[in-house]
Amino acid sequence: MVNEGKKRVWSEYQKEIADDHFFYVRSCIRQSFYPGSEQFFLNFLRNDLGKDVYENPSHTTCTGIGYHGDIVPFSTTQTVVARHFALMKESGYKNIAISCVTSFGIYTEILETWKHFPAELEKTREYLFKATGREFDIPENMAHTSDIIYKFRNEITAKIKYPLINRLTGKPLKVVEHIGCHYAKMFPKHGVGGAEFPRVLSGMAEAWGGEVVDYPERRHCCGFGFRQYLVQANRGYSLSNTVKKFESMKPYEPDLVLTNCPGCNMFMDKWQYTAKEMEGMTFGSNGQSIPVLTYEELAGLVLGYNPWDLGLQYHMVQSEPLLRKMGIEVDSGDKYRTRDGRQMPIPKNLINA
Amino acid sequence: MENYHELLKQDVRFEEGLNACMNCGVCTAICPAAEFYDYDPRKIVDLVQSGDNAEIEKLLKSETIWYCGECMSCKTRCPRGNTPALVIMALRTLSQKLGFFTESEKGRQQFAIKRTVGENIFKYGYCVAAYAVSPELHPEQGPVWKYVIENSHEVFERLGGKIDEYGAGPLRKIPEDAKEELKKIFEVTGGMEMFDMIEEHSKKKAAEMGLQIDDEGIDNEYFIEVYTANNGKHTT
Repeated sequence: MVNEGKKRVWSEYQKEIADDHFFYVRSCIRQSFYPGSEQFFLNFLRNDLGKDVYENPSHTTCTGIGYHGDIVPFSTTQTVVARHFALMKESGYKNIAISCVTSFGIYTEILETWKHFPAELEKTREYLFKATGREFDIPENMAHTSDIIYKFRNEITAKIKYPLINRLTGKPLKVVEHIGCHYAKMFPKHGVGGAEFPRVLSGMAEAWGGEVVDYPERRHCCGFGFRQYLVQANRGYSLSNTVKKFESMKPYEPDLVLTNCPGCNMFMDKWQYTAKEMEGMTFGSNGQSIPVLTYEELAGLVLGYNPWDLGLQYHMVQSEPLLRKMGIEVDSGDKYRTRDGRQMPIPKNLINA
Repeated sequence: MENYHELLKQDVRFEEGLNACMNCGVCTAICPAAEFYDYDPRKIVDLVQSGDNAEIEKLLKSETIWYCGECMSCKTRCPRGNTPALVIMALRTLSQKLGFFTESEKGRQQFAIKRTVGENIFKYGYCVAAYAVSPELHPEQGPVWKYVIENSHEVFERLGGKIDEYGAGPLRKIPEDAKEELKKIFEVTGGMEMFDMIEEHSKKKAAEMGLQIDDEGIDNEYFIEVYTANNGKHTT
């Protein structure tokens, strides 16, 4: 009886994730800071799973950072997103795959607004037609790209080369997962596991052999806070919130942080550098910093992709301690080479290097 | 004096964000901004709910409404289904429409966001573009980011980037007609008007403060002032 009850509760937190034919919408932050991650996603889906993923060259920003920086009105954001829906309709797609948690939050907020305030939908249709002559349909299925990797996590497990097991101790690697506030805190039903039982990253980590760390500030914001980072004078807010999270996870000695949102990844990586520079603070075991990986980077690593094609060398916190634990043989000579094999300069003063 | 409560009610986010607050304070308990700033979302919602016009005007001119980080954690936890952060967003929009935002140090920062993120949208088609995140303005990005920017073509090429190329792919150039459509959308929906208002009021304030300001870009005294000024009186 108890189990049945739990299953019933859990069923409320499930979401339907399309199986194929995705219209991919790009993230300004993921493409700028983690282009290797999005390339993994596209290549893995297309080449390893044989799925159809379409990118429209005319796709632009969703204006999310501007909207949450309060310089872009809601009507403008709704209409820009409606243009993306129009491009999707014109390209013959019905399933949207969104590569950014801020964007995902924007899309969910807009779809929920249109449901509860139909006049906003009609106004948006008029605005878009007036501005561009385009018309749109609402997507049949909307997924964050991590939802799609979550859906295919067992396919990854089936091909796994380097499970999340510490080769030196034989124990599971300890994974801190960070979902990102706008994934499900606003509209829980749009996220796998909702806001209370987020499963999208923990499901991947466990399927690939890792152990998920539960710690007091697990659901605390990464510290971005939009204007609290965008403007230099406010960055104390951003850094302080990140440090609060890391101090809370430190006693559990995590082997890695796994992120859903490219912005969170950037802050949790770069603020570790800042905290170390400013106060000499480190949060990993043995005085090291904790590598922070996107879910695409982690999926790529467990499948045996070259870490330097995924872009791990361009994080501030270097990942070699993690790679060694996973048993991945690292070709350090390939780390800073161009696509055609030319040696590049070696960056200095990176962390864990 | 205008009826600010009525003006706020015209914003769909205000309608959605404030039903009836019972002052439990759960929003403040969960709020990352309340941890570090002198900030209490419960008080703001309570004040707005009271409809006291003079107090709402003070709020629109205050530092307080600019402390929220819009993480939206308050939405999940409010037992009454309110979203204090949506109320904040409506207040911020109104503060800019009325030109009140330049009355506070934190409010004046809207000019810096417009001149960076806002301009990026029309220049690059995205709010954030790798080549617009300068290491000088972002020292916390560390030596790795300086390296990425200095070697951007080689770095991004290996990772699949399409810098300066048209077509699909990350970091590609956005076609001119797509950027034109974006501009048109901004014109039709009030986005351009918002940008113009931020500019107009900021220029007035710059004159009042005796600071030099240009028609575009970030190389002017007013930008540097609003981007960096911190009077140290914002925390608890």
